[in-house]
Amino acid sequence: MSDLNQQMAERYKNNFLKEIEEQAEMGEWVKMCMQCGLCSGSCPTHFHSGWDHPPQEIFMLIRAGKREEVLNSNGMYMCTSCYNCYVRCPRKVPVTHVMHGIAEYAYKMGRAAKAQPTMHLSKVFWTNATKYGRVNEVQLTQSLYFKDGLAAGIKKGLEMKDVALGLVKAKRLNPLEALGIGHKCKDLDGIHRMLAKAYELEAQRKGRDTSKA
Amino acid sequence: MTSVVATNQTILVVGGGISGMTAALEAAETGKQVVLVERNPYLGGRTIQLYKYFPKMCHPTCGLEINLRRLKANPRIQVLTMAEVSGIRGERGSYSVSVKLKPRYVNENCTACGECAKAVSTEIDDAFNYNLGKTKAAYLPNDYAYPQRYVIDSSIVGTAEGEAAKAACKYGAIDLDMREEELTLNAGAIVWATGWKPYEAEKIVYYGYDRFPNVITNVEFERLADPHGPTGGRILRPSDGKEARNIAFIQCAGSRDENHLRHCSRFCCMGSLKQTNYVQDQYGDAGKSTIYYIDIRAIDRFEDFYAKVKANPNVKFVKSKVARITEDKDGNPVCNGVDIEGYHRYANAHDLVVLAVGMEPEVNGVSIPAEVMSDSSGFIMADPANAGIFGAGCATNALDVNRAVQSATAAALRAIQVVNKVARAEV
Repeated sequence: MSDLNQQMAERYKNNFLKEIEEQAEMGEWVKMCMQCGLCSGSCPTHFHSGWDHPPQEIFMLIRAGKREEVLNSNGMYMCTSCYNCYVRCPRKVPVTHVMHGIAEYAYKMGRAAKAQPTMHLSKVFWTNATKYGRVNEVQLTQSLYFKDGLAAGIKKGLEMKDVALGLVKAKRLNPLEALGIGHKCKDLDGIHRMLAKAYELEAQRKGRDTSKA
Repeated sequence: MTSVVATNQTILVVGGGISGMTAALEAAETGKQVVLVERNPYLGGRTIQLYKYFPKMCHPTCGLEINLRRLKANPRIQVLTMAEVSGIRGERGSYSVSVKLKPRYVNENCTACGECAKAVSTEIDDAFNYNLGKTKAAYLPNDYAYPQRYVIDSSIVGTAEGEAAKAACKYGAIDLDMREEELTLNAGAIVWATGWKPYEAEKIVYYGYDRFPNVITNVEFERLADPHGPTGGRILRPSDGKEARNIAFIQCAGSRDENHLRHCSRFCCMGSLKQTNYVQDQYGDAGKSTIYYIDIRAIDRFEDFYAKVKANPNVKFVKSKVARITEDKDGNPVCNGVDIEGYHRYANAHDLVVLAVGMEPEVNGVSIPAEVMSDSSGFIMADPANAGIFGAGCATNALDVNRAVQSATAAALRAIQVVNKVARAEV
């Protein structure tokens, strides 16, 4: 259990709904769900093997206080952000955003499975983009291709070889980015300070003690 | 020229459905002068378009017949059909109201013999049957129409067809020179009973009402089941006329939905439960109904009715809001969604899908004076402290017939109090 996880479990004890409302982005919408099932019915993923809990079930689990079951679920990472549920929800619950909010919270609590591809992509993308102030496409692609080991990475790289060469020829991809050279933003330090401030404000708003986390 | 006697002690009732008729009768029977204005060529509104009422499963024509008899016997009510209020000025106790009268092209000499309809071959959409069928351009709006008088559709006026209809009339009842008229009349109080309209189902894009012929609305289903309807009371599906024995009812089609109607329309759960009886009566054990619902709202004493339908093995309940309707290769509508009780994904084919569409308040663009306000769904709310305009029935809320009648009686009483004050009979 991470420190933050312990801190939160302690603070909210048996009120998981309140925890989600206060700690997860868009969590305040969870109580608006009326369990009609339109979100799951509209979902283009059709809950293939990965989907252990569809959205309205996750909402109901939260209300039932099933903390472990929700935080360990992989349901929220299966969302493809098609926004079908969001536009159709009769209660105007921004289902897509709520799912992302819960996913992010579960990650913060140290619960998301390391190999979960959506989680992996989000994490790699975020680290990459905040490091340079812009997405370093070569490094991003590398870290995705080599996720499952060296051999798998080389195989995938060879598969995509022609596309990559085409992009380089059209000056849409700079191979030097692999070394951290390439386009960056003007005020990288400014971006980092801005992000630090945002983290500080978030911790303040959510009443989190960041020194322990 | 139509003449109407009205003073500032007259009560104007706008809308001649069950609420408007009730308000007019209740007021007139206490001795007040009443003018009843109705947009259609007949009275009875949406109620007369029903096959049966819940929970007693009796025919609306029965209740309406009693009201019509009261109406015919009462000299204090003046009825204006094909009439719409176009403006209201003034204040409580002295309103001045303009009313537009559309030409019927048929005068009171009409005996409803039907010779004009025989002489005419042009057909128009049958609005009474929600355009499920066609009717002649010289028509009696429905069998129980009051006034029992034919109407000539304006599309054949000025044509040979119109002249043929006129020539066929033995009573000199057809007057093709009628023009639209505008009247101004006085009223001390106004009862606003303009009722409701079914929500436009095509707006619920994922149900494909405008793409799939076998997806219909609950009000259309009433007409299909009615012996006076377009199929003679046989429940046949529109695409191929096949007997619809396996019928899905989708609840909250547009209601309780922030993207459509935000209110619960209240009558649709009972409406669908009632309609499963039509299926059972017509096809016996071969008739299967499936109700897809969020939760069944059979309010207070209707719980008994719900329990009876639930006990019927031919009626299945699926707790789920259907997410999408598709069509299979045989033209059967297929309901797709997720069952909340167990989270199973389903794709069920049916012969016919009935969308239980909700009540949208009827608005006709009249500028009602400022003391009348609307709620967030568009239903009108009057401020009893200063108003002389009172909402009645479904103009004020989503109500079933029974509650609409109660609401109309209350509105009539409020209107009576206003005209009594005008007459100084009450302070």
